[in-house]
Amino acid sequence: MTILIRGGQVIDPGRLNEVADLLIENGKIAAIGRNLTAPGGVTIIDAHSRLVLPGFVDLHVHFREPGFEYKETIQSGAAAAVAGGFTTVCCMPNTNPVNDNQAITEFIVDRAREAGLANVFPIGAITKGSEGKELAEIGDLRRAGCVAISDDGRPVMNSLVMRRAMEYALAFDVPVIDHCEDLHLAEGGCMNEGLVSTELGLPGIPAAAEDVMVARNVALAELTGARLHLAHISTDGSVRIVREAKSRAINVTAEACPHHFTITEEVVRDYNTHAKVNPPLRTWKDVDAIKEGLRDGTIDAIATDHAPHAMQEKQQGFTDAPFGIVGLETAWPLTLALVDEGTLSLESAVEKLSSAPAKAFGLSKGTLMVGADADVVVADPQESWEVDPTKFRSKSRNTPFAGWKVKGRIKTTIVGGRVVFETGQAER
Amino acid sequence: MSLKRKDLLSLAPLSVDEIRLILETADSFKEVTGREIKKVPALRGRTVVNLFFEPSTRTRTSFELAAKRLSADVINFSPSSSSVVKGETLLDTARNIEAMQADIIVLRHSSAGAAETLARGVKSSVINAGDGWHEHPTQALLDLYTIRERGLSFDGLRVAIVGDVAHSRVARSNIQALTKLGAQVRLVGPPTMMPCGVEKLGVRVFYDLDEALQGAQVIMMLRLQLERQGRALFPTIREYARLYGLTAERVKIAEPGAIVMHPGPINRGVEIAPEVADSLSSVILDQVANGVAVRMGILYLMSGAN
Repeated sequence: MTILIRGGQVIDPGRLNEVADLLIENGKIAAIGRNLTAPGGVTIIDAHSRLVLPGFVDLHVHFREPGFEYKETIQSGAAAAVAGGFTTVCCMPNTNPVNDNQAITEFIVDRAREAGLANVFPIGAITKGSEGKELAEIGDLRRAGCVAISDDGRPVMNSLVMRRAMEYALAFDVPVIDHCEDLHLAEGGCMNEGLVSTELGLPGIPAAAEDVMVARNVALAELTGARLHLAHISTDGSVRIVREAKSRAINVTAEACPHHFTITEEVVRDYNTHAKVNPPLRTWKDVDAIKEGLRDGTIDAIATDHAPHAMQEKQQGFTDAPFGIVGLETAWPLTLALVDEGTLSLESAVEKLSSAPAKAFGLSKGTLMVGADADVVVADPQESWEVDPTKFRSKSRNTPFAGWKVKGRIKTTIVGGRVVFETGQAER
Repeated sequence: MSLKRKDLLSLAPLSVDEIRLILETADSFKEVTGREIKKVPALRGRTVVNLFFEPSTRTRTSFELAAKRLSADVINFSPSSSSVVKGETLLDTARNIEAMQADIIVLRHSSAGAAETLARGVKSSVINAGDGWHEHPTQALLDLYTIRERGLSFDGLRVAIVGDVAHSRVARSNIQALTKLGAQVRLVGPPTMMPCGVEKLGVRVFYDLDEALQGAQVIMMLRLQLERQGRALFPTIREYARLYGLTAERVKIAEPGAIVMHPGPINRGVEIAPEVADSLSSVILDQVANGVAVRMGILYLMSGAN
């Protein structure tokens, strides 16, 4: 299939930012330039006044398969991904069974191939069953296709086990991801600890529960030389610790989620379970720190932590409802808001969504270089729309952004040279 | 005048006038509870459901008695939290009850915000009878009633609330109401039991009980949840009692004539010495008696029966 994308503003972060045509042939980027000649039988996409970007790369999604298919499947998750402009996603291992062995990894890779929508790269568990005790077969996981390892929502509390995991991972040059949360400090908590949790009578999770683990992991990365990636950092303290670590050239990367740079704990005030997420929504001070971290490069990537849950689960009382927000289909407009307010340049916002996350995990994605896989997004930076979760491609609807009027829409998503999403299909 | 609210979930949004209306309405029902025939037909034909997901004897009994004295039909529904919460959402449970035409649902739940969630989902009026650590508005209202009955004025009233404020819905409701009414609220307890940022609610925090008691006109003791000892909040019951237990000597530090309150059930010899609990300054049993009258007033106002 040959596709010519005409007249868009083509942004390949750090390499290119100009109005040009982009030609896709045989699943690869074939050419970028002014007034490219259309070969015969070509499909033409008119991108005037639109952006032509590398497909977005999300380092942090939960696709729930195997085990929790009622929340999301690899098929529905991949459909949500491409609808949000993500052509590559890395899925966390907290499935049932946990992705702690080659068989589960291969299953995920197979299901993703059947879905045929996005590139779905599995993340393997650090420890068997994510129990934090014995190392999983990280070598096998890597060979089977895992791009990183993490025990995600069940952070490795035992620092010796974490040290060994980081050391062992060196042999395979695989990034080690930690969801930084001291489970003792956070015990029983379900929102940020502060005046709002005091008024609502909800058990709080202090910012320190994240900060101490970020500091521990940085110390272990320094000790071992491992590639440390910090999932969804949400506090002022975390940003400060990572900034300091990077200034000393410690091998650390970090991601932040749109909900953590857009809204605060105030959204929880009416016990809105769609705003229950871990790490919890914090304060404006933290939001400002996350934005500054994105701006100055302390935070490498924007990741969604797309965490689908069924309606009946979110309809429980606040303390009983599960943590999580679906993010794939709202990430682009929420990121563009950072551009509108002047926090990020457009190019830098695109970088945080594409080339920077790809680089963090060493993926040959997130670029429009000639010869690269043709994972391309055509996006409208201006189009306004209202977030209506009933129209999500995801199986789940758990978002605190329902009803928000946002700006910026994905028009066309191309993966490996195939159109896998067009806005026309957005209404289902 | 009536309460223009569907629900009573929290004291935070109530105006001073609304609080006064509830207390004044309770006055007339207090008179009823003193009669030989303690029953009025105000809520005849109405159905009140006590939906208690957490065990409670006194609050449930108090609501039941209040509803019965108003001639309402009362159903007590106490699903064990394990069986219901896991299988059925709170909303489903409530909708089932609503389908049986309940006019008022009185809810006790271990999860903060449960009453608010419920109120959003049903047409019945919802009265919060305690949700997690959040609020216990009818308890605070009966506390206010008891203070007022003693002839104390709220404006400038010096109230010490002593104990585990962090985990206390009674404290939260009282802080909301008392500060609104102009009282000077002092919170006393170990720093491990003070909720984050609570000073911003207009209260003063003390770690020393003797200091906090100086000039106090009302001493409100909170029940110590003994099982919290293992959770690093305090080292031993012995040390807690020594630092924060209300003894007869300590009562003397307070303003002469100060009253001693406790939402019950009391741990004698832990947060309160037996001789204090049984002394003339103790209004603990008045609180219980007033609880019925205040809840009658609330049920009456919520039912829109007037």
